[in-house]
Amino acid sequence: MTSPADVLLRVTDLRTHFHLGGEVARAVDGVSFDIHAGETVGMVGESGCGKSVTALSLLRLVDPPGRIEPGSRIEFEGRDLLALDNEGIRRIRGNRIAMVFQEPMTALNPVFSIGDQVAEVARVHAGASRKAAWERAVEMLNLVGIPDPRERAKAYPHQLSGGMRQRVLIAMALVMNPSLLIADEPTTALDVTIQAQILELLASLQQKLGLAVLLITHDLGVVAEVTSRVLVMYGGQVVERAPVRELFANPRHPYTRGLLQAMPRLGDHRDRLAVIPGTVPPPTRWPSGCRFRDRCPYAWERCATEAPPEYPAGNGHGARCHLVDEPARDVALAAPVA
Amino acid sequence: MATWLVKRLAQGLVVIVLTTTITFFLIHAAPGEPFAGLLDDPRTTQQMRDAHRARYGLDRPLVVQYARFVASIGTGNLGESFTYHRPVADVLGDAIPRTLLLMGAAMLVGFAAGIALGTAQGARPGGWLDRITGSMAVLVASLPDFWLALLALLLFAATWRILPVSGFSDPTLSASAPLVVRAGDVLRHLTLPAGTLGLLVAAIVSRYQRAALIDVLPEPWLRTARAKGVPRHAVIFRHALRNALLPTITLGGLAVPALLGGAVFVEVTFAWQGMGSLAVQAVGDRDYPLVLAIVLLSSALVVAGAIVADVVHAIADPRQRHA
Amino acid sequence: MPDATPSSLAAFADTEPAPTTPGAPGRIAAVLRRDPAATVAAAVLLLIAAAAVFAPWIAPFDPALPLDVEARAQPPSSIHWLGTDPLTRDLLSRILFGARVSLGISFLAVLVATIVGTAWGALAGYVGGWVDRVLMSVVDAGLAIPRILLLLGIVAFWRTLSAPALVVVLGLTGWFGASRLVRAEVQAARRRDFAIAARASGASPARVLVRHVLPHAMTPMLVAATLGVGQVVVIEAGLAFLGYGVAAPAASWGNIIRDGREVLATAWWVSVFPGIALALTVLAINVLGDRLRAALGAPQLPAP
Repeated sequence: MTSPADVLLRVTDLRTHFHLGGEVARAVDGVSFDIHAGETVGMVGESGCGKSVTALSLLRLVDPPGRIEPGSRIEFEGRDLLALDNEGIRRIRGNRIAMVFQEPMTALNPVFSIGDQVAEVARVHAGASRKAAWERAVEMLNLVGIPDPRERAKAYPHQLSGGMRQRVLIAMALVMNPSLLIADEPTTALDVTIQAQILELLASLQQKLGLAVLLITHDLGVVAEVTSRVLVMYGGQVVERAPVRELFANPRHPYTRGLLQAMPRLGDHRDRLAVIPGTVPPPTRWPSGCRFRDRCPYAWERCATEAPPEYPAGNGHGARCHLVDEPARDVALAAPVA
Repeated sequence: MATWLVKRLAQGLVVIVLTTTITFFLIHAAPGEPFAGLLDDPRTTQQMRDAHRARYGLDRPLVVQYARFVASIGTGNLGESFTYHRPVADVLGDAIPRTLLLMGAAMLVGFAAGIALGTAQGARPGGWLDRITGSMAVLVASLPDFWLALLALLLFAATWRILPVSGFSDPTLSASAPLVVRAGDVLRHLTLPAGTLGLLVAAIVSRYQRAALIDVLPEPWLRTARAKGVPRHAVIFRHALRNALLPTITLGGLAVPALLGGAVFVEVTFAWQGMGSLAVQAVGDRDYPLVLAIVLLSSALVVAGAIVADVVHAIADPRQRHA
Repeated sequence: MPDATPSSLAAFADTEPAPTTPGAPGRIAAVLRRDPAATVAAAVLLLIAAAAVFAPWIAPFDPALPLDVEARAQPPSSIHWLGTDPLTRDLLSRILFGARVSLGISFLAVLVATIVGTAWGALAGYVGGWVDRVLMSVVDAGLAIPRILLLLGIVAFWRTLSAPALVVVLGLTGWFGASRLVRAEVQAARRRDFAIAARASGASPARVLVRHVLPHAMTPMLVAATLGVGQVVVIEAGLAFLGYGVAAPAASWGNIIRDGREVLATAWWVSVFPGIALALTVLAINVLGDRLRAALGAPQLPAP
């Protein structure tokens, strides 16, 4: 394990709730994790598990009725991000922590050229002149592999393909050499060959620039390819964390197992993919006890009455499941093929 | 772009021809007769009537009159005014610039104020500024234009006596006065009519701009802008407003008929001798050629407004520019 | 959506398509129950309508009867609550009777406009093709002339205009926006499954139109008509203000304001009070129409 000094980001008991009329949606509900300098961490889960809200919370981009609840802590490079004033967090955004969103089609402003939009980062954070910022933009577009960047910088978003737009968003994120890049489903909206190119680009940039990446995805295949550690999210919580190989070899949480079974593999000749039965419950009404119990093939009485803490399972592995505490119950079950 | 423009101009021409034709038949089919002043006089004999009608070709069948009218317009001749006994083009020559000045000033003031106010409201919907000025805008937009003009007249003429309340310029001012002085005089005379019309425009535009801004606020690219550290004011004014202005540009084109209508009342109330007050007068005098010319010009202005708005929109929106 | 407006500046409200969600007028009652602003607006309108209907019973004086030379353009007093006009007539009575004329004419004119506009738009939208193009170019032309100019052009060539004639003229110059609205609704509805199904089952086009397509246009039409009354009240008053309204001595708000124009400096109340009645009516209609439009449109749910 790396020493604590290397910890770039430490999130402790992050809770982001949405106050909707009389109800409270606890979208993120007690998430803790660390990211070390230069590493790539994967965050996986189905839609509605709270991973995107977690990402937005890190940059305090959650809008009302959403709110980061008191008691949450986000420390970045030794600073408490939640204690900063608006100007303080603005100086972090796009500068020390950058973000790439999942909708390359709509994440760029349609009325400005892509060069303008990349250059704007240098202008707001480095106070660069118009010309210097534009040069920086061209340089960044070149870095992310956009051909003929000087000409392309003058193009507008609608003139580019989805893959090219995603490259622009990555270029925009890297202008200030941030130490952390949050990539929220950066490849979901793209077709498969482009997905691979973008992932490759991210991996090579990560190597070249030495930045840490938090890669958010619902696709375990992507996680296997580029990350070193994985956080599995369910019901607004991290339900399992482990180094990537350990997770694939020895998943401890039934939810993780379900995800792995649902993964399409090369040479897989099953007619249907396994899916986890049921759906994610609404964040306004998490079940009592373990939030996964309604969908869990192992669930027993204890799961309904006692919310599982995160049990350590050695080698930096941990899981929020009573099975780790009672291994005797962890016997092979028939695969829950739907 | 060029073919598009040609197509739009052709469509506009059809509209102008239709409006003029409809108006032509409407006024000729109506039971009243032209030359109000002359023919309403009981001493006018039938012979005088007939002579007059013959002189202007009004004794011919309607279709023939229409054909003559079209032929004359085709050669650029708008005919001769019944009341002024001058070519219609001359009569309108003085009035058109005054109306354009009034409309232009009202639009400038109204759109500038409306966009600013609507943006401030839309940036924080439900805030105190939005609630207070929003209710005021709804109230102002509900005020009839002619009544608002009367109120302005009442306050500024009868009570405060700050601004000139009628006419286009001070008649006692010598024509040899320096240009600056004369321009300043016109500007002072313009303040109340343009202010009245501009206030109504501002009320409507602000509601529209507010809605347009609120419409773009959830766009993902605004979140991108925030995520890259763009300050809040720049997120609103640079990123959101640039997009939210696009529908307002279209509104500018659509506002022309309404502004012309408003100009009629404002001109009459403030004795601003433009196209609007001329129209009311021409209608009262049953001055056919003048009425038709004003309708023709008005619909041409409306068509031009719509085309200009479309062109500006296309320039402002890169998605159309490159389409 | 911008707030629609009544003054003659508001022709552009016509070009704004109202939300297209079909809904029963029963939902309007629900809006009134939930939304205090809409409730107040509806109550104000009801009060004004009641004043118009019961004017003969509640008006303190005969609105057309000159009282005596002493009472010429008198300021508000305990006898004449809103004062008297230059012809010594009681202003409050005139405004009450004026409400009958102004509101009655406007309401009926919108009815005419709605019927004409619905027929025109439905025909254009349903038949399509060149018929649609021809019908719609007439609408474009109609929208390209400022309505007040068109009205002046027509009205001035009648010597005096009776109230029914005014209704017809106002109605026939006000249906262009409505026809666009109906056309859009019909085109949308026509593409929907049920209309196609009804057609396939052998129903005649007219029957499909009336039974299956037009009901979907009801809600937006109702909202547009509500706002339309507000516009016509102002236009009618504007015409009267220019001297082309109902013939004297009948009172309409517009010609009372006109009566006061000459004595503005000495007897402000003659123009101001009927204007307030007019503005209040229009404001109430606008608020109500807007609230209905907002409430009957797409439901706004908070994002998760």
